[in-house]
Amino acid sequence: MKVKMLSRNPDNYVRETKLDLQRVPRNYDPTLHPFEVPREYVRALNATKLERVFAKPFLASLDGHRDGVNCLAKHPKSLATVLSGACDGEVRIWNLTKRKCIRTIQAHEGFVRGICTRFCGTSFFTVGDDKTVKQWKMDGPGYGEEDEPLHTILGKTVYTGIDHHWKEPVFATCGQQVDIWDEQRTNPICSMTWGFDSISSVKFNPIETFLLGSCASDRNIVLYDMRQATPLEKVILDMRTNTICWNPMEAFIFTAANEDYNLYTFDMRALDTPVMVHMDHVSAVLDVDYSPTGKEFVSASFDKSIRIFPVDKSRSREVYHTKRMQHVICVKWTSDSKYIMCGSDEMNIRLWKANASEKLGVLTSREKAATDYNQKLKEKFQHHPHIKRISRHRHLPKSIYSQIQEQRIMKEARRRKELNRIKHSKPGSVQIVSEKKKHIVAVVK
Amino acid sequence: MSAIRASESSLLASSQQEELEDLPKDYPLSTSEDEGDSDGERKHQKLLEAISSLDGKNRRKLAERSEASLKVSEFNVSSKGSGEKLVLSDLLEPVKTVSSLATVKKQLNRVKSKKTVELPLHREEIERIHRQVAFNKTSQVLSKWDPIVLKNRQAEQLVFPLNKQQSAFAPIEHVLSGWKARTPLEQEIFNLLHKNRQPVTDPLLTPVEKASLKAMSLEEAKMRRAELQRARALQSYYEARARREKKIKSKKYHKVLKKGKAKQALKDFEKLRKVNPAAALEELEKLEKARMMERMSLKHQNSGKWAKSKAIMAKYDLEARQAMQEQLARNKELTQKIQLASESEEEEGGTEEDCDPLVSDVVNEVQVKANRPNPWMFRNHSSDTKEAETQEDPEELAGSMAHEASESEEEEGPVAEEEILLKEFEERRSLRQKSGLNQIAEPVGRPETKDSSSQAILSELRVLSQKLKKENRQSRKQEVSSVKTVLAVQREKPAQEEEEPLLLQRLERAQTLDKLEELSKEGCFQNKELPRAAAEGQCLERNPDNHLGAPKEKKKKEQMIDLQNLLNTKSPSVKSLAVPTTIEELEDEEERAQRQMIKEAFAGDDVIRDFLKEKREAVEASKPKDVDLTLPGWGEWGGVGLKPSAKKRRRFLIKAPEGPPRKDKNLPNVIINEKRNIHAAAHQVQALPYPFTHHQQFERTIQTPIGSTWNTQRAFQKLTTPKIVTKPGHIIKPIKAEDVGYRASSRSDLSVVQRNPKRLSIRHKKQLKKNSID
Repeated sequence: MKVKMLSRNPDNYVRETKLDLQRVPRNYDPTLHPFEVPREYVRALNATKLERVFAKPFLASLDGHRDGVNCLAKHPKSLATVLSGACDGEVRIWNLTKRKCIRTIQAHEGFVRGICTRFCGTSFFTVGDDKTVKQWKMDGPGYGEEDEPLHTILGKTVYTGIDHHWKEPVFATCGQQVDIWDEQRTNPICSMTWGFDSISSVKFNPIETFLLGSCASDRNIVLYDMRQATPLEKVILDMRTNTICWNPMEAFIFTAANEDYNLYTFDMRALDTPVMVHMDHVSAVLDVDYSPTGKEFVSASFDKSIRIFPVDKSRSREVYHTKRMQHVICVKWTSDSKYIMCGSDEMNIRLWKANASEKLGVLTSREKAATDYNQKLKEKFQHHPHIKRISRHRHLPKSIYSQIQEQRIMKEARRRKELNRIKHSKPGSVQIVSEKKKHIVAVVK
Repeated sequence: MSAIRASESSLLASSQQEELEDLPKDYPLSTSEDEGDSDGERKHQKLLEAISSLDGKNRRKLAERSEASLKVSEFNVSSKGSGEKLVLSDLLEPVKTVSSLATVKKQLNRVKSKKTVELPLHREEIERIHRQVAFNKTSQVLSKWDPIVLKNRQAEQLVFPLNKQQSAFAPIEHVLSGWKARTPLEQEIFNLLHKNRQPVTDPLLTPVEKASLKAMSLEEAKMRRAELQRARALQSYYEARARREKKIKSKKYHKVLKKGKAKQALKDFEKLRKVNPAAALEELEKLEKARMMERMSLKHQNSGKWAKSKAIMAKYDLEARQAMQEQLARNKELTQKIQLASESEEEEGGTEEDCDPLVSDVVNEVQVKANRPNPWMFRNHSSDTKEAETQEDPEELAGSMAHEASESEEEEGPVAEEEILLKEFEERRSLRQKSGLNQIAEPVGRPETKDSSSQAILSELRVLSQKLKKENRQSRKQEVSSVKTVLAVQREKPAQEEEEPLLLQRLERAQTLDKLEELSKEGCFQNKELPRAAAEGQCLERNPDNHLGAPKEKKKKEQMIDLQNLLNTKSPSVKSLAVPTTIEELEDEEERAQRQMIKEAFAGDDVIRDFLKEKREAVEASKPKDVDLTLPGWGEWGGVGLKPSAKKRRRFLIKAPEGPPRKDKNLPNVIINEKRNIHAAAHQVQALPYPFTHHQQFERTIQTPIGSTWNTQRAFQKLTTPKIVTKPGHIIKPIKAEDVGYRASSRSDLSVVQRNPKRLSIRHKKQLKKNSID
């Protein structure tokens, strides 16, 4: 008699090693897995809650400066190295992994106004209130050697900012005019002006490297073309722009940090209307830096907080602050787009996570899958009121909170007044100006 | 564009200006030429004037002039020497009259014909134009990034850093070149490998293989591959066949098989003898040895148990007797001393005088065959019985049944066919024995008739038979060549009389005659080819057999399936459709008991009634209530036990309007709550969110689950891919033109700046001046 046995291939059921996961046969019959929307909703809700629970963005504070940190610079080749210049003329080089200062230089007398690294990462430049431009080696001096700059250029006027070309041995300084320098020469190879004003910062375009942008104290932003040695266009805003930053992935986009608490993202081909007005700060925005992915940027403000904005959103997605952090003067997004550094008045450099609730370190594939899934769930249910509320909730210091309230009231009052004015005047006589256009005074060709 | 045009015009203007500046230089030259002439005229004019001044009026006028007028005045042009007034018309006069001024005229005309020159633009204006031109140019340069920016913004996923560093694939030889075996184990392994000339490094090929690879072209390789494939297929066919044969339990069949094999061996031996005598001798020795063994052993001596039992029965049973005789014959055969074929030929040639020596061996073979009982007869019988069996038992599984049936039929095909052949052959042999006249023609005709019959019955065996025939022919034809062609014609005649397919064969034959040389060469390879051909034949056989057997099998199969289906389908249908009482009947005792237990446990719960009650309440609660506005004691006596009158009640009762019909009105076992649930509303989206244009769109996105509970792993991964992926610890550089396939600008910015010295120098000076002022 033939006995029929139920036989199974052990390969399908037995683990190869103990470390393997148990194989779980699945049945995808939808009737067996009902209530998909409510279940996913609950998962999304939990994910959102956990995100807030784990949101601990602050990583480290680098202390050592004896005055406010005035400028920061990233190393182009090393993620762990950061340079900072303080208001007492001291430049420090930090190691982020060790969270320690590895070198200290007394670079200038007075403020270190600007600092930038060479594209190869072998040296860096500083400008200070003592009307000098100095080039320094990145590596420290050998034993017994004195820490002296490679080159020093003595200028006639104070330089307020410096930026290095992304590919060539050229750097630009700003002060009374924008100067383009060859590294080998002591005189600028080209200097560009447009009217007489003090220019506060100059930035090279990282993609089309011959383009420069500068912002001056008479409320304007000027774009220059280095090759044609001419300014291109000028836009005048309501208030002074403190600095600008180019988008590293989109050649014609830059963002300006303005004194009127807002940031303006411009397409440089159409300066008359900003692409987006980013508002959330309650005080002057002092610095801005793009994430290397070009999708977000971080801004530092006088209101003692830093905010992260998506490029295409007018409101910030994140705000970072601590009790001890004072006016934030400079901010940088690290080259691996994971961290944010900010230097502030109270002599500290702080290191933050770019994603507040992100788990640091190597993730297992299951962890990664889970985080991806949670992310997608949050995205899917982001419009649901509970989830929206939880994900948007942030704690703010009282000063910022009250200022926000105050400004909301002011804004509402202004809006109401405008509406009333429209209501009580002849139809068509009062023009409604959009928020984007409101802050642009003029575009000068 | 207007700006550009303006700048151009300004440039043009400046050039015109230059031309104008040139003109005055020419002018003095031309005037100096005419100087002498004009001097004379002036004197003449003076004289005339002096004469006319003699008149009174003029004199007075002349007297009016003071001495001071002689001096150069800025208001009047005075001629030199005298105090005369110079009139413009005087100056112009000679131009009209004197022909020598033609060149001047011409020049003047040329100047006049050109347009008037615009004023040079203001410096600021020029700068603005420059700026605008530069801005337009830059905008154009930047607009090349538009598609990339758009693509990146819309991308489902962006992986940073954008420029992937291609991992360099180094061949393992390069990697291993610096590596040496250090440990004793490694050294040992290396030694072994080197001894066997095994490759150590990656392309795991021996030098021979490498050489062959190099030697082979692509086509060769393809052919070789095809050959190998064929060989593999053949092997698998053979294996399958062997397995099938091994399964056959019939003793008779195996006996026949063995005999067939022996016959084949003999044939082979014959062939071998001709081709390779040394090998044949060896074979012979082997056979000799076997004979010795046979002689020594008691096998086939009718002394075994079986033989003894048969011997008892032999008296009554014909078969037993035959079997015993057979065995004895076998013994004889085995113990018989094998003589060399040539000798046997001679001998037989002697016995049969009129037999042609060329065909003798074939005939001899046939006779040997004829002596023994025809094995195929038994085979046929057994297969018949088998077939009957297969037809008899329909209880077998359909699949296995079909398989076996096809198998058996496959076997039957050739077997039956060959048997017929053999029968025919026997008949012929008997005929020949009776009349020795046809003896020459017959052996040659034999394969032909065989073939014809085969084609008549089953065409598929043709290939096989052809092969067999070829072999036969080949063995013969070396000698046939010497034989007269008349013989061939004679041979062919009977063939022609027979059926059509022979024609084809004949053609072939003519060809083979022509290609005799080639065939002889091929002879040695034919042994190799044979299995393939046989397998091919088998292959061909299979299909028609299947076709023949197909309908019958199908019928059987259908029947079987129907039965099973009935059983299979009935039981679930019973379960699903029948009323509970019938189920209970069907169910086992245990289940019934369990049910009973459950029933007892929940004896008090009447779920259905509860539900109905609940629903009734819900319906009542949802109904709009009537408003009763009667005031007890109003216009009537009031007090305990007194009710307002019915009339009053009717009058002050405001009936609520009938609400809309309930959704669960026609659903008996459902309660649908039509009230808005506040708790649920807190979780609901109130307004359509931004990117969606219709609420259905939004609902659909919400309703498609993305979790792994509802999706396969692959789909889950695809659905949850993050939008931006960054590698930890990798520096993300700004996008570059090279990354996205654009040509990077060849000139560096610095060189461009330095190549622009004129503008720079101006600016430089300005800057320097400014610095000095400071």
